[in-house]
Formats: sequence, C-alpha cells, structure tokens
Amino acid sequence: MIGAWVWRVSRWLLLLAFAAFFLLPLVALLDFSTTIPRTGERTGAAWQSLLEDPQMTQAIKTSLLLALFTVIGMVVLLVPTMIWVKLRVPRASRLVEFLCLLPLTIPALVVVVGIKNVYAWVTYLIGDSALTLTFIYVVLVLPYAYRSIDAALSSIDAGTLSEAARSLGAGWFTVITRVITPNIWPGVLGGAFISVALVLGEYTVSSLLNYETLPVVIVLLSKSDAPQSMAASLASILFAAALLVVLSFLDRRRRTTVRK
Amino acid sequence: MTITAPLAAAAPDSDPGRGRRLSVGPSLGLLPFLVFIGIFLVIPTVTVIVGAFQSEAGGFSLEKVRALGEETPLRALRESLVLSFTSALVGAVLGALLAYLVVTAPPTSILRRAVTSICGVLAQFGGVTLAFAWIATLGFSGLLTDLMADTFGTDPNGSSWLYELPGLILVYSYFQIPLMVIVFLPALEGLRPQWREAAVNLGATTRQYWLQVAFPLLRPAFLGSALLLFANAFAAYATAAALVSQGAPITPLLIRSALTSEIVLGQANFGFALALEMIVVVAIVMGLYAWLLRRTSRWLG
Repeated sequence: MIGAWVWRVSRWLLLLAFAAFFLLPLVALLDFSTTIPRTGERTGAAWQSLLEDPQMTQAIKTSLLLALFTVIGMVVLLVPTMIWVKLRVPRASRLVEFLCLLPLTIPALVVVVGIKNVYAWVTYLIGDSALTLTFIYVVLVLPYAYRSIDAALSSIDAGTLSEAARSLGAGWFTVITRVITPNIWPGVLGGAFISVALVLGEYTVSSLLNYETLPVVIVLLSKSDAPQSMAASLASILFAAALLVVLSFLDRRRRTTVRK
Repeated sequence: MTITAPLAAAAPDSDPGRGRRLSVGPSLGLLPFLVFIGIFLVIPTVTVIVGAFQSEAGGFSLEKVRALGEETPLRALRESLVLSFTSALVGAVLGALLAYLVVTAPPTSILRRAVTSICGVLAQFGGVTLAFAWIATLGFSGLLTDLMADTFGTDPNGSSWLYELPGLILVYSYFQIPLMVIVFLPALEGLRPQWREAAVNLGATTRQYWLQVAFPLLRPAFLGSALLLFANAFAAYATAAALVSQGAPITPLLIRSALTSEIVLGQANFGFALALEMIVVVAIVMGLYAWLLRRTSRWLG
C-alpha cells in the first residue's frame, strides 16, 4: 500500500521534473522574444517583424517552398518505386531498403563535403537557386519516409489489389496511382509530415552551401536582432509541433487497424 | 548490385505478364530511383572516400589520412567522442526512465500523446532552434540567468560554459532524451504483462522480476538505442554550429573550418579525410546497432 503510494507520488514528481526541463527553454524563448533587451518591457515587435522583415519573409518562403518540393520529390520518387518493388521486383526489396536507410549512416555533413562536383552540374543545368537543395533534402528524408510508407504498404494486400485491377483491364500506371496509392495514403501523408518538419529545421546543408533558408537566417539575425531570431525559433518549433501532433492522430488511426 | 548487371544486357520487356521469372524488364522501373540515389548520395560518398586518399596532384597518397593523427583533429575527435558518449549515456538513462513513466499510462491518455508528440518535435526538428532555446535560458539576459542573478547573485552575463563542452552536452541531451523515448518506447511496449504474471506466479518479487526478467530482456534494446543516440550525437552539426560560432572544438565543426577556409593544418581538402573519419565512426556504431536490433526483435518484436 505504502509502496504504491510512494511510487505514484514519485512518478508525478519525476514527470514534473521532466516537464520543467523540456518546457523551460521554450518559455525562455517566448520571454526573450517578447522583451525589449535593456528596459525589460513587453513588446510584440519581434513577432511582428517575422512577417515584415524582407530577409525573414524571404527565408520563410524559401523554406516552405523547399518543404513543398521535397515532399513532391519524395512522393514521386519513392512511392512508385516502393510499389513497383513490392509488386514486380520483390528480390530488390533488400537493396531498396538498404539504400533508403543509408542516409542514417552517412551524415548530411559528409554528403555536403562530397557534393561540390555534383552541385556544379546542378547549378550549371538548372541555375543557382536555394530550391536546388530539394535534391539533397529528398535524400535526407528518405529513411523516415521509407519507414512510414513501408509500414502502410505491408499492411495491405497489394498483390491481390493489383491482380484485381489488372484483370479488369487496368494498366500499371493506373494500378500504382489509382489503386495502391490511395490505400497507403496515411503512410504517404505521415512521411510527408516528417519530411516537412525535417526540411524546415535543416541547417547543415543549407548553411554550408550558403543558401538562406529559415534556420540559416535565424542564425544570421541572432547577431543583430536576437529577439527576432528567438521569435522565429519558437514559431518554427511550434509549427513543427503542430504538424507532428496531426501526424500522431493519423498514426493512431492507422495503428487501430495495423499492428506491425 | 544484383540489378545493374543484367540491366545492361537485356532489352525492356513490353509484356510484363509473360515470362515473369526470366524477364528483367520490371527491374527497369527502379532505374529513376537508383540513378537519383547514385547521383545525390553515392557519388558524394565516393568523392569523400576517394578524396581522402588523393594527393594535391591527384595521385594516391596517405598524407591526409595521416594528418588525422595530428594534434588538432585528434583532440577534436576525442572531444566529439566524449560529447557523444556523455550525451548518449545521459539521454539513454533519462530517456528510458521517461519512457517507462509514459508507458505505465494508458496508450490513449493525454499524457502519453503529449509526451510522444513533444519528443517527436525535439528529436527530429533541427538543432538550431534548440540551441537558441538554451541561449534564451542560460545565455546573456536569459530567463534562468536573470532569475539566478536576482536570487543567488550569480553572474548576470550568462553562463560561459554554455558555449563549451558542458553546454553542448546539456543542449544535446535536450534532443537525445526525446530520441531515446521514441526509439525505446516500442521495446517497453513489447514487454508483455504475461511475463510478469508468470514470474510472480513462480514466486518472484518485484525486484527479482526486474533484475532477472525485464532488464535482461530490455538490455539489447537499451544498448542498441544508446548506440543510435551516440551516432546521432556524433553526426550532429547544427546545434554545435549555432552555439559555437568560432573555433572548432569538435570534429563536425572542424569540418566546417575545412570547408569554409579551404586550408586546415596546411592541407587543402582536409575535409575529405575528416568526413571519412566520420563515416567510419558512424558506420561502426550503426553496424553494432543493426546487430543488436536483430537480437532484440527475437523477443520484443
């Protein structure tokens, strides 16, 4: 009896300690971004400038566009490939899995060091723009997108679905886009959400290739206008949090039908 | 490898329905994916590996790899290993504790959903913002700095240790603990109540159950997760780069100097050798992780 009571109290005390550790820095961000440094008065100027400062709005736009393009690239590259492997070339599944999980072993920093020659060609062929980062970002999000899509794909009977569609006269394109993909939509969406969160926070590649994405500008501004970069930090954390909360609800719905 | 070899020899098969076993036509569908990965992942990696063994003139040379043994890169590597090890240890122990606190709550509870969501953000979202969160807490005119200066009379200019190794360990823990929760939670969920019931039925005390049943079962998962955390910390760049703007105390930041200033230790392209060093360390750790993961899945699938 006493033991159970002690356990319950210490459990809540520990949870409170963890909550304090994790929430304190976020509260500090909010505090810092709404205070005028010398006088200590409250102000919303830093938050307002997120929408007005041209450098900041440009960076936000770049990062959001990059997130969009990365998701499109990821879906176009990965979804048909994974469905194709599942239906037609199952012996390649280990290879594709290995390649998709490879970016976990080869850090982004290493890719940046070796990508100079490739990017010389990219900028030569399609021009020098921050949006060319899409190519590397698609590689960086592969492991997370792969896991999410793989879980969805192995929960449906893709073989039967495709045979049914084929016997009704559907071509492979129709099978992939209109039969299988709608069935694994939650997995694709999950991969897309994580990709957006990863791209919005990505700093390693963009800073070392000198493109002004949101995190890069946050660091640049921290020297001249600290409250503004604190406001941008908190805003992007909250945005990513909102995305992942939505994802957790999707995930829960999937888990009721699938237990991998 | 098994795919590219027959690709070159065979013509595309226009009728996928016939001769399925022999045809290599379907393999062609993988071509866009393989080409993309080849260009944006394999070529950069190969460039790094080849570049590390190349001399200025282009021939084979061990000069750069040998330069890794000099004092600066060696010290950076040591600091990196200390940072990764400490933050992985702190993250693994505290993360496992938090995961246990969470797993004892019902799966649909607000507590569980909130913790897993917050952990997802902190573990996966980039390190720059997290670094700033801690600067806002402990840096100049930070929340905790002001609070402590008012109550205890500590230095009101902020903690200078935040920008050195202890600070890095603290800030790394801020994303390592959540990562541990995410990767360790499934293992804890796999711990079946029946095992505990069986142990208690056989007369085991709570202590005996934990020491002789639960801990041995969880050990591979725990070690595996800790290795993942180690690799994660070793490969991390953004947090350290945002926190330490000058100097290069750890390997990732030394790579930054090599990339931005071209010549480090009198070596052009020294970044290749440092990047190779990073691949080797992370590959060893991830290899061990994969091995442990296989052992874990035997029980806690």
